[in-house]
Amino acid sequence: MSAEPVLTISGLNVDYGTDERAVHALRDIDLTLHRGEVLGLAGESGSGKSTLAYAVTRLLQPPGVITGGDVHYHRPGGDRLDILSLSPEQLRAFRWQELSIVFQGAMNSLNPVHTVHSQLTDVLKAHRPDLKKAQRTYRAEELLSLVGISADRLAAYPHQLSGGMRQRVMIAMALALEPEIVIMDEPTTALDVVMQRQILRRLVQLREQLNFSVVFITHDISLLIEFSDRIAIMYGGRIVEEAGAAEIYRDPRHPYSDGLLHSFPALHGPRRELTGIPGSPPHLSAMPAGCAFHPRCGKAFEPCDVRVPLLAAPALSPTEDRRTVACHLHA
Amino acid sequence: MTTDQSETVRTGTDVVLEARGVTKHFPLRRTARDLFARKRRSVHAVDDVSLRLRRGTVTALVGESGSGKSTVARLLAQLHPLTSGEIRLGGEPVVAGRGRSFRRYVRRVQLIFQDPFASLNPVHTVRYHLTRALKIHGRAGNGDKELERALTDLLNRVQLTPPHQYLDKFPHELSGGQRQRVAIARALGADPQVLLADEPVSMLDVSIRLGVLNLLRDLKERLHLAILYITHDIASARYFADTTLVMYAGRIVEGGDSETVTQRPAHPYTQLLIASAPDPDRIVAEEEQEETGTGEPPSLIAPPAGCRFHPRCPKAMERCRTELPPRFDLADGQWAACWLYEGVGARSYENEGTGTRASAAGKEASR
Repeated sequence: MSAEPVLTISGLNVDYGTDERAVHALRDIDLTLHRGEVLGLAGESGSGKSTLAYAVTRLLQPPGVITGGDVHYHRPGGDRLDILSLSPEQLRAFRWQELSIVFQGAMNSLNPVHTVHSQLTDVLKAHRPDLKKAQRTYRAEELLSLVGISADRLAAYPHQLSGGMRQRVMIAMALALEPEIVIMDEPTTALDVVMQRQILRRLVQLREQLNFSVVFITHDISLLIEFSDRIAIMYGGRIVEEAGAAEIYRDPRHPYSDGLLHSFPALHGPRRELTGIPGSPPHLSAMPAGCAFHPRCGKAFEPCDVRVPLLAAPALSPTEDRRTVACHLHA
Repeated sequence: MTTDQSETVRTGTDVVLEARGVTKHFPLRRTARDLFARKRRSVHAVDDVSLRLRRGTVTALVGESGSGKSTVARLLAQLHPLTSGEIRLGGEPVVAGRGRSFRRYVRRVQLIFQDPFASLNPVHTVRYHLTRALKIHGRAGNGDKELERALTDLLNRVQLTPPHQYLDKFPHELSGGQRQRVAIARALGADPQVLLADEPVSMLDVSIRLGVLNLLRDLKERLHLAILYITHDIASARYFADTTLVMYAGRIVEGGDSETVTQRPAHPYTQLLIASAPDPDRIVAEEEQEETGTGEPPSLIAPPAGCRFHPRCPKAMERCRTELPPRFDLADGQWAACWLYEGVGARSYENEGTGTRASAAGKEASR
């Protein structure tokens, strides 16, 4: 895999509200997505993972505001695009063409009064005005077969499709213009495990064919470990650890990552007593001082409730330049 | 180990709640065409389900959404009348209607819902919720002092300590896990023998799910509760439940000890379910896997004839399309409703050793 970046996020801050009561939903997010890579973003509700997806795509609704940081998109040729300063027209051209997003509960984001055909061709109509009607239909059929739905379902309305098929239609739509980046926000949470695996397997195949990059957001870390190349774990609006999927699984460095991994009972191997993580995730409006995780952390010591740990390579193994962790234990 | 064994012996006959051949069909609204054709169509939500809940054990009911597992819980809670079959509580058949007989029933069988955000009244405090449960079931005692003690007892039991910190809180002041604990405390207010837990942790944050499951297990042990744990997550069934039943399209297709069912699944559907569950250990093996997952669950208005899984089953035989497979008993108390196991009795199994049972049976069938 090439290490060429396709999306770089640096120092991104997002607040909800603008006065002194504003809550900081994202703080100092640094993240790089490489070409052809599946980057997993894991975290519990309220950790800021969906906010990150919305901020990067400039879809953040008020009162959400981006208060600092940069998001750059790198075209295959090498020139950079500053997403946060795009004009509305540029943004319209950029979305779907270069970056597309599959929303949480995407099953319900299809318009119930339009057929699959009209919704799939709509995006082509807007972005490829030179295509003829027959060509658009042909492309729509092609897209459906790409996600494993027979072309005769083009005329169907969303309610005539099952949940899994609707989800696959959404993925087909996201791939319509062959974007470089696909952001998937909990794409399979509402689906059954059997369907979930079918869709994800299809996605992995498509990525190999079309070579796009994926940001895969979910709370199910065991799913991420299986399907992504690298994983960033978020807690309380910050990234607390980032490493290769296998490294996170074998050797998590942040106590929160470790706790999260031990929150999923295993299907195989010895039956162990698991404890989860004591306490509950912090509320954004009442974030603990210092490390946001320290009230729930079994390894907290004296700097944890005072200083915020910075995301850096673990001190004991600085050679592992590809992994970072934000914890005083490793500083 | 020995304590485990003695417990199974002791609880062996201690069936608290039992379903025998329970069936529930929900009638559909008749269209003009149905009237004309004199048809009555219905959703076959649950068909011929038999299960036993024993004292001090957790029974898991695993299935996809739409498989009828929540309907089973609602039937066991007597929230719907049965189409056929019977429910026995403590060995006696019961039909709880409304009013007194229903209240007498719920005193012994309590239901916990999936969504603690919806099952608690947002305008009432924890104290109100619990007091109401205690009063309705006549356990509030005499006077304020005894009531207060009963309330603190309940909160202590669900590990919301110190209790006085939680008593006067409103649901919105609590986290999801705390809310679910209040819902459990409310169910315990009736001092039930059976808890029916319908996806009790799937709405909670992942890091606190195990805390709630461990709490339920602790309660099961201390209060000798029989718990029905309904879930779509078969790994959590393995972790939490003693016995696991697998449901597909309204029927139970496999049952047995949780460890056996998850480690040596017999029914092709269970095998598919386990092959589909997320498993970090599988990173490497992904390439070698055959495409197992195909198709979708059938419509329950006109379920497939024969075995309901046959249109998706990789091992389907001619017979599966026409004849409904009965339960075939396998080794170690495991059973499966699948024609692959016809004539492969418990005894011949033990001779086969530890080889994968499905492939052995598959060979048997193709002969």
